[in-house]
Amino acid sequence: MSAVTRRRSPWTHFVVQNVPLLLALFLLLASLIVYVVLFYGNEHRIPGNFEATSISNNALPLAIAATGQTIVILTGGIDLSVGGMMDITNSVTAVHMHDSPGSMVLWSLVVILIGAAGGLLNGLLVAIGRLQPILVTLATLSIFQGIAIKILPTPGGQVPPSFTNLLTNPNRPTALIYVALIILLWLIFRRTSFGISIFAIGNDRQAARANGVNVLWARVGAFILAGIMSALAGMFLAATTTGGDATTGDAFTLTSIAAVVLGGVSLFGGRGSAIGSVAGAFVLTLLINILFFANINPLYQSFYEGVFLIGAVVLTVLIGRYLRRAT
Amino acid sequence: MTVKESASQPEVPAPTIAAAIEGRGIFKAFGGVQALDDASFAASFGEVHALVGENGAGKSTMIKIMSGLFPPDSGIIEVEGREVDLRSPVEAQKLSVGTVFQELTLLPWMTVAENLLLRHEPRGVGGLIRRGDLVRRAEAIFADLGIEHIDPRALVADLSLADQQVVEIAHAVDRKPGIFFMDEPTSSLAEREVEWLFRLIRKLREDGTCIVFTSHRWREISSIADRITIFRNGRNVATYPAMELGEDQAITLMTGRSVSAMYPEPPSLEGQEPVLEARGLSGQRVEDITFTLHRGEILGVGGLAGQGHRELFLTLFGVLKPTAGQIVVDGRPRKLRSPHDAIRAGMGIALVPEDRKREGLILPMPIADNLTLPILRRVSRLSVIEPDRERTLVRQMFERLLIRASSGRQLVRTLSGGNQQKVLIGRWLLANTRILLLYDITRGVDVGTKHDIYELVLDLARQGCAILFYTSDTEEMAHLCHRVLVLREGAISAELQGPGIDPEQVVAAAVRGSVRA
Repeated sequence: MSAVTRRRSPWTHFVVQNVPLLLALFLLLASLIVYVVLFYGNEHRIPGNFEATSISNNALPLAIAATGQTIVILTGGIDLSVGGMMDITNSVTAVHMHDSPGSMVLWSLVVILIGAAGGLLNGLLVAIGRLQPILVTLATLSIFQGIAIKILPTPGGQVPPSFTNLLTNPNRPTALIYVALIILLWLIFRRTSFGISIFAIGNDRQAARANGVNVLWARVGAFILAGIMSALAGMFLAATTTGGDATTGDAFTLTSIAAVVLGGVSLFGGRGSAIGSVAGAFVLTLLINILFFANINPLYQSFYEGVFLIGAVVLTVLIGRYLRRAT
Repeated sequence: MTVKESASQPEVPAPTIAAAIEGRGIFKAFGGVQALDDASFAASFGEVHALVGENGAGKSTMIKIMSGLFPPDSGIIEVEGREVDLRSPVEAQKLSVGTVFQELTLLPWMTVAENLLLRHEPRGVGGLIRRGDLVRRAEAIFADLGIEHIDPRALVADLSLADQQVVEIAHAVDRKPGIFFMDEPTSSLAEREVEWLFRLIRKLREDGTCIVFTSHRWREISSIADRITIFRNGRNVATYPAMELGEDQAITLMTGRSVSAMYPEPPSLEGQEPVLEARGLSGQRVEDITFTLHRGEILGVGGLAGQGHRELFLTLFGVLKPTAGQIVVDGRPRKLRSPHDAIRAGMGIALVPEDRKREGLILPMPIADNLTLPILRRVSRLSVIEPDRERTLVRQMFERLLIRASSGRQLVRTLSGGNQQKVLIGRWLLANTRILLLYDITRGVDVGTKHDIYELVLDLARQGCAILFYTSDTEEMAHLCHRVLVLREGAISAELQGPGIDPEQVVAAAVRGSVRA
């Protein structure tokens, strides 16, 4: 065949194929700059250790939950039970964990198992029961919320301070280590057969099956991973707040989806990166701080969050479209 | 590889050489439709075996069953004389059965390299995929197969349909199948790529591979097949050595009726009333094109693929903007800013594309809704559709176009390719279109329906439509068109006056003087 072609460099390919991710990172940078400027305007100093610690500790549970959400959305599904699962493990951690290394390890493992079990339930109902993910996880969201209330009927409980220090140190931004760990694990995940399968079934389930991808296992596995991530997010949330609340996770169902969308992951599946979702989680956390320093009445906070979300998504779509046309 | 060796051992004293793969007494029903009804078929190593028949004759179903995509309701499949139970395409691959299905099995938002080596990725430390090696391996595969123009780093979604098909073929060939099924591999390929594929097939045949393929283009079949098996109504009706089967006989066997002439004569032109003119039209891949299309005329636009045909059609339909020149409709220069302008009454230009699924029809909706989509205002009062008026118009179209369907409520998805094409044409007729841009509308359409479409095109011309006609089938172009313009590198390089153009003339004009890089 003819050899008349124009080859792009690997670098150009990377940029063109990762426009949504790069835009998410750009959005993070822009939010960071706006935040620093507003902070300087109010406090007449550059944000320091305290601010970095507080922001990263607040963003971490969302970043973890959004990573799990990303994996399900990549398969073409959605997980609405994220918030309910976080409620459960948040309550379990606050009620049962004691200040001894043995107890911490034990209950951390229990949390992971709870997450895996909840994810397995979602996955089996979706993949074997052939039910819509949105329906299944809406139902399990309510079920998980009910279980959480049973474990911790009123807010309270106590998370051991040493556990808080380990996960979300209130004095230093050690939470960033976990963020780095998520990114590292993601990069490894991308190079495993399971990771490829997740992307493949999100691209085209029939084609993936014809290529020998185990579609059933990949779909169930995605929900299990998402369950584990949600469970860990609930545990980290308990560590930051040093106590438990059986409703504190509820908001995370929608914010995790918002973080994924801001991260440039396609809601149709098959395209996107958890790194973008982590960036999205940080953008949403920074936004709360930006609104605070912009002296927005906290009553109107969610109004402005919504306006920002629409604005950011429209902007990234427009920029992405322009870039695609330009190349 | 062991498969091929054992097959070529001469000391095997079998009275009849065991077939490489054989299906016997296969039945398969989908819902109420009996797709295969006691079908049998066998192919040997070292032969190219063509399966031919109308759409719905069961060729594709047979291939899908013999390559493990779904099981038969009953019947036996043997690979090298051993009965097998193929539970999945992967299972079949283990028995050295490889397949290029009609529907692409590529993953659009992954790279070419990722697709080529899916589930066979090069691994490094800890079993992790080595992405650098992935690209190098893909490049090596392409180099082996003589593919130079596809970038392994590109996303499949960014490739042309033809290149996607080439990747699909490379993907299957790389698994080194001893038995290789290809369901309509050439339907989206241009001549150049078909040549490439046939070179590849000949090489595989020399290596002893058993190749089974389907095609609707007789020229391709007769040029490469060793044996031909004809399917009709879910059953194999005959198998012939390719040398002993002529096209007319094959068509008779396929359709069950004698086709005296495949190509009907175009009606003679009365008068020369210009309807659509291009004057010095230039634009994307289109160079200074001037022509006049008359009322009732079928004007062919021929030439090798990729010489600007597509762009010319899209420019005339208002999708692409011309950089110079004029489009003149009924003697008045017109500006087409979008397809909406082209469709509008007074212009009446419509484009019927080859990819009817992506560029025209709404598959999950009924035929009637698809037909009346652009004229909803005409069939409704106060924005509410009047079923009676719609039904009358739809019935007229059914009669005029000979659409084969149970009723207007049947979903377009369930129609054959040819009938889908008729629905698309019918839609534009209802919208009072007078200028039809027909772009490769018989691609992937079976012989019987092709004939219907030819009749329809000529009928439209007889009724006064002006038709600009592109097809990848040169025979078709030569027989149907009053005149043929040959495009080369976006410019008109020759004009052939019909009727009775010799297909060889078109090919010659297309190739003559063309410089190969």
